[in-house]
Amino acid sequence: MQFGIFSVGDVTTDPTTGRTPTEHERIKAQVTIAKKAEDIGLDVVAVGQHHNPPFVASSPTTTMAWIAAQTERIILSTSTTLITTTDPVRIAEDYGTLQHLTDGRMDLMLGRGNTGPVYPWFGKDIREGVNLALENYALLRRLWTEDVVDWEGRFRTPLQGFTATPRPLDGVAPFVWHGSIRTPEIAEQAAYYGDGFFHNHIFWPASHTQQMVAFYRKRFEHYGHGTADQAVVGLGGQFFIRRNSQDAVREFRPYFDNAPVYGHGPSLEDFTQQTPLTVGSPQELVERTLGFRDYVGDYQRQLFLVDHAGLPLKTVLEQLDLLGEVLPDLRAGFAEGRPAHVPDAPTHAARVAATPAGAPVETAERVPA
Amino acid sequence: MTRLVVISAGLGVPSSTRLLADRLTEAVVRELGPVELEVVELRPLARPLADHLLTGFPGPELQAAQDAVAAADALVVVSPVFAASYSGLFKMFFDLLPRDVLIGTPVLLGATAGSARHSLVVDHAMRPLFSYLRALVVPTAVFAATDDFGSDADLSGRITRAARELAALLGRRPAVNRPRSVEDELADPTPFEELIRRAGG
Repeated sequence: MQFGIFSVGDVTTDPTTGRTPTEHERIKAQVTIAKKAEDIGLDVVAVGQHHNPPFVASSPTTTMAWIAAQTERIILSTSTTLITTTDPVRIAEDYGTLQHLTDGRMDLMLGRGNTGPVYPWFGKDIREGVNLALENYALLRRLWTEDVVDWEGRFRTPLQGFTATPRPLDGVAPFVWHGSIRTPEIAEQAAYYGDGFFHNHIFWPASHTQQMVAFYRKRFEHYGHGTADQAVVGLGGQFFIRRNSQDAVREFRPYFDNAPVYGHGPSLEDFTQQTPLTVGSPQELVERTLGFRDYVGDYQRQLFLVDHAGLPLKTVLEQLDLLGEVLPDLRAGFAEGRPAHVPDAPTHAARVAATPAGAPVETAERVPA
Repeated sequence: MTRLVVISAGLGVPSSTRLLADRLTEAVVRELGPVELEVVELRPLARPLADHLLTGFPGPELQAAQDAVAAADALVVVSPVFAASYSGLFKMFFDLLPRDVLIGTPVLLGATAGSARHSLVVDHAMRPLFSYLRALVVPTAVFAATDDFGSDADLSGRITRAARELAALLGRRPAVNRPRSVEDELADPTPFEELIRRAGG
């Protein structure tokens, strides 16, 4: 089981001070937060991809590489990589390069994006969103698994005799998660290929998560990748914690009330009841999070949103310190009763070890970092 | 049994909008015989609707109302006239309905206002809304001004005519192809090979 954090990289005014961080501060803060995440023992840090204000995260692999260069252990991932509007050839090359630079300490999560005009800005049609995700990913897979690709599709110029470089590290392509809140076709895609499925599991009722994960598991088994409980599942989550539950509620309320997405709507109390948001003590966070298993089964990756709604960097780092204190309890809790046949979260080393003999493997020697 | 859902956007108690909705419902039941009836009052859903607008998902009460509408065989919908149109509350309910759930559903329209000068609201505001939603709107929409509840014998005639039209539509429902919903897809998935074939157009 892997634990980590994910962020969309928003620039939001702190409602308690009226201060808006600069883009420079936010970009640097992402790096500081990622290093802190490694310090407290988290396994994964994921950055977003957006192409419009108020987001600063337009170039995920640049940020990931910079973080990777300053960390030792933490896995870099995305939340999400836009498979609809990013050329799959560029994804193959950018993330392929990142895989080598990080010695395999990375993976990626594909998503369709949440801002309509991004499609026309990149010459695409939002009504083709699902089809773009299907066709572009079919190409991306081929670019990573076949040395020479001849390809023709609807959404990009044809390729004849094309080789995406660099070739995947150790002959094993980066692991891919597919993220979707409410689109069964994307869960079907993840199941068909035996890839991971991630449900963002924030801002929405958990019943949606339960329905989508159950569907993905069933179809994963249908396509012969293993039993339903062996499917590779990741979940999001959101919290604000202080040692004292009342302090957490008091401090977080102005951020909640003014937050992008859900602010000025339901009360914090209603929202924590209706969605997976936890605002309370570290122990309450542990209990709530362990409860996620009750409706999705044993799973592989848990990412938390801690860095949003204008929370100052100092507060985010304090949140991570508190999370670090209960991380052993979370690990122990999730290990308890976990059946042996449920796989661990994917890592590059484990996937290389699992590659059948005779599969193409890079022969050049590598010097470990 | 026919599932009839009645939506009333009236705000007052008593409400002339609800009164018209009830008279329309009685007339429909006279034509159809016993129905499985559910009345959705929008007033108690005002806050859940505002919440949904902001959060993107319905709370439990609103979800129940949306489910009832999606499962309905026919609708009677009645709004008060506000500023030359249906009320904002009425519009919010239909703005937030899941896509496509009203395609092919027979709908009887009604509206109330203080004076007869608003009578075209049913045809100039409500009908286009339901045309957009691809519902089957009956030709007679019933407008009732305050005065009509006192003296106008013709109101009863219009109510009966509209109810008969709705019953006729229910008797001869055309075959319609609704796009598959998320629920359809979850229950009976389109296999991946078919999805990728369609993606290639």
